[in-house]
Amino acid sequence: MRITQGTFSFLPDLTDEQIGKQVKYCIDNGWSVGIEYTDDPHPRNTYWEMWGQPMFDLKDPAGVMMELEDCRKTYPNLYIRIVGFDSTRGWETPRLSFIVNRPSEEPGFGVVRQEWEGRKVRYTVHSYATDKPHGQRYTD
Amino acid sequence: MSETIRGKERYESGVIPYKKMGYWEPDYEPKDTDVICLFRITPQPGVDPEEAAAAVAGESSTATWTVVWTDRLTACELYRAKAYRVDPVPNNEEQFFAYIAYDLDLFEEGSIANLTASIIGNVFGFKAVKALRLEDMRMPVAYLKTFKGAPTGIVVERERLDKFGRPLLGATTKPKLGLSGRNYGRVVYEALKGGLDFVKDDENINSQPFMHWRDRFLYVAEAVNKASAATGEVKGHYMNVTAATMEDMYERAEFAKELGSCIIMIDLVIGYTAIQSMSAWARKNDMILHLHRAGHGTYTRQKSHGVSFRVISKWMRMAGVDHIHAGTVVGKLEGDPNTTAGFYDILREPYNEQNLAHGIFFDQDWASLNKVMPVASGGIHAGQMHQLLHYLGEDVVLQFGGGTIGHPDGIAAGAEANRVALEAMIMARNEGRDYLAEGPDILNKAAKDCKPLQAALDTWKDITFDYTSTDTPDFVPTATASS
Repeated sequence: MRITQGTFSFLPDLTDEQIGKQVKYCIDNGWSVGIEYTDDPHPRNTYWEMWGQPMFDLKDPAGVMMELEDCRKTYPNLYIRIVGFDSTRGWETPRLSFIVNRPSEEPGFGVVRQEWEGRKVRYTVHSYATDKPHGQRYTD
Repeated sequence: MSETIRGKERYESGVIPYKKMGYWEPDYEPKDTDVICLFRITPQPGVDPEEAAAAVAGESSTATWTVVWTDRLTACELYRAKAYRVDPVPNNEEQFFAYIAYDLDLFEEGSIANLTASIIGNVFGFKAVKALRLEDMRMPVAYLKTFKGAPTGIVVERERLDKFGRPLLGATTKPKLGLSGRNYGRVVYEALKGGLDFVKDDENINSQPFMHWRDRFLYVAEAVNKASAATGEVKGHYMNVTAATMEDMYERAEFAKELGSCIIMIDLVIGYTAIQSMSAWARKNDMILHLHRAGHGTYTRQKSHGVSFRVISKWMRMAGVDHIHAGTVVGKLEGDPNTTAGFYDILREPYNEQNLAHGIFFDQDWASLNKVMPVASGGIHAGQMHQLLHYLGEDVVLQFGGGTIGHPDGIAAGAEANRVALEAMIMARNEGRDYLAEGPDILNKAAKDCKPLQAALDTWKDITFDYTSTDTPDFVPTATASS
C-alpha cells in the first residue's frame, strides 16, 4: 500500500528539484520549515520525531535540502515529511505538509473491530508497523 | 435635515409620518457599538424614500403604526433605530439603499433568533415598501464577543484531519434518495478509498422508509474506518442529523459520536436556534459541524426582496458552524464570481474591508471568531480545477458528487482523478506557475500518470454552466484617469 497523507501523495514521488520549489514557496511566504520522521505513520500519530527544530529565518531552500539529505541518510527506510509552519496571527499552524521519503515496503493498516452493544462496532485503525518494536520496523 | 418632532407634540395621539417620529436622523453618527443594516428598499409608488427608510427603521425597532404615550416611560430615543443615510441604487430608479443604525441594547446577547426577530421580523411584509432586501450588516465587536462562533474552525479542522496546503475534497452520495444503508456505505467507501477526504449525506437524507438513519450511520462508520485504514488518512462522512425535533437530532448526533465520526451535518432549514444548539453540542463533543444551506435560495436569490447570502454568512459565522455551502462560481448553482468572493471573504477572513465590487458595504472586524470553511458543491468536475483554485482559494471543500460517482471507471477512479488534479494544481501554483492560464496543460500532463484523470477530462471536457447570475454587485470598479 501507499499511505496518502500529505499534500502531494497522489503524485509521483517528488524529485529533489520539486521538493526545493515547495520549500521555496514556504520561505517566500515567511514560514519556518521543519523536517519530521517516523516509523509509525498512523493517521492519529500527530507528533512525528523532529529532525532538529523547525528552521526559522531561512533565505534559501538549500539549507533545508542539506538537512533533508542528512535525515534521509540516517533514516533511509522511514517516513520523512516537510512541514511549513505559519506564525501569522489567525493561523499559527502548519500550512503545508508533504511526504518526501517512505519505506520501500509500506505495511499499512488494519481495522480492528470490537463488536459492541446492538450492532455498534468500536473501530481502531491498527498500524502493522507497530507490531514490531522501534528499531526493527521496515527491516525485512 | 432631521424632521423629527420634538417635545410634547411628538406624543399627541394619532398618526404621524415615521420620518417625524425620530426614525430618520440624517445627522446621526453611528456608534462603534451600533449594529448597522443596509437595506435595499423599493418604496411603493409615491412614497418618499426617506419616509420608507424611516418606516423600515421604525418597524424593525420600536414603532407601531400610531403614536403611543407609553414611549414616554422609556429612553425611547435610544431604542429607536435610526435611518441616517439613503442613496439611490446605481442604474435603478426604483430602488434605494438605506443605512439604519440600531443600539446594541436592542439585542439579546448571543442570540441569532433575537437579532433576526427584529431585523427581519415584521418589516418584510410592511405595506409601504413594495420590496425589501437586507443587503449587509455591520456587527460591532462588542456584540460579536457574545457569540462563540464555529466550534472547530478552519485551523483546528485542518489540524484534526492532518490535511494542509490544499482544498479538501468531498462528494455527496448519489443517488441522493433510494439507496439502502448497505449500498450507501459502498459509495462512501469507494469514494474515500479513492482519494476524497469527506463524503456527505444530502440535505434531504434523514430517515426515510428506504433507509433508517441508524442503518446509514452504522454502514457509513464501517466505510469510513475501512477507508482510513486503506489510505492511512483521517476520513470523514457528514452524518446528517437533521430531524423533526431537537431530541431526535441530539440522539442522532450522540450515535454518530459513539461510532467515532469526526463530523456531523445539519440543514439550514432547522432554524437559527436549532443551529446554535447543535453548535454548542458540537463544541462540547469535539465534532466538526457541517451546514447545508438548504432553502436559502427562496430568500437570497432575487435582488429586490429577501436577505442576501452575505448576511446569512455573517449570521452563520456568529451562530457557529464549521462548514457552509457558499457557491462554486463555475458550477450548476447561482453564483456571480464577485458576489461569491464576498461570501468567502466574510466566512474566512479575520477582517473585511468595505469592498463594493464584492458586495461588502462595511468594514467588519471579526473579533477572532473562528474562520468558517466554505463548501463548493454542485456541478463541478476535475477539468475545472484551475478555475476552482483561482476563484475559491485553498481553504474550501470542493465537492464533486456527479464528478466522482459518475466517472466512467467507477467511484474510486473518479475520486482519484479529482485528487490528482487537485494536487497537481497546488504543486504548480506553489512553484509560481500561472496555473489559471496553464490549467488545461497542467491537467493533461498530470493525466499522463493517471488514467482516471484522463477519463474524467475526456468525459466532462465541454461541460460548463454559463448562465447569467441574478445576484450581482451594484457597483463595478471604474477606471480612473490615471489607470
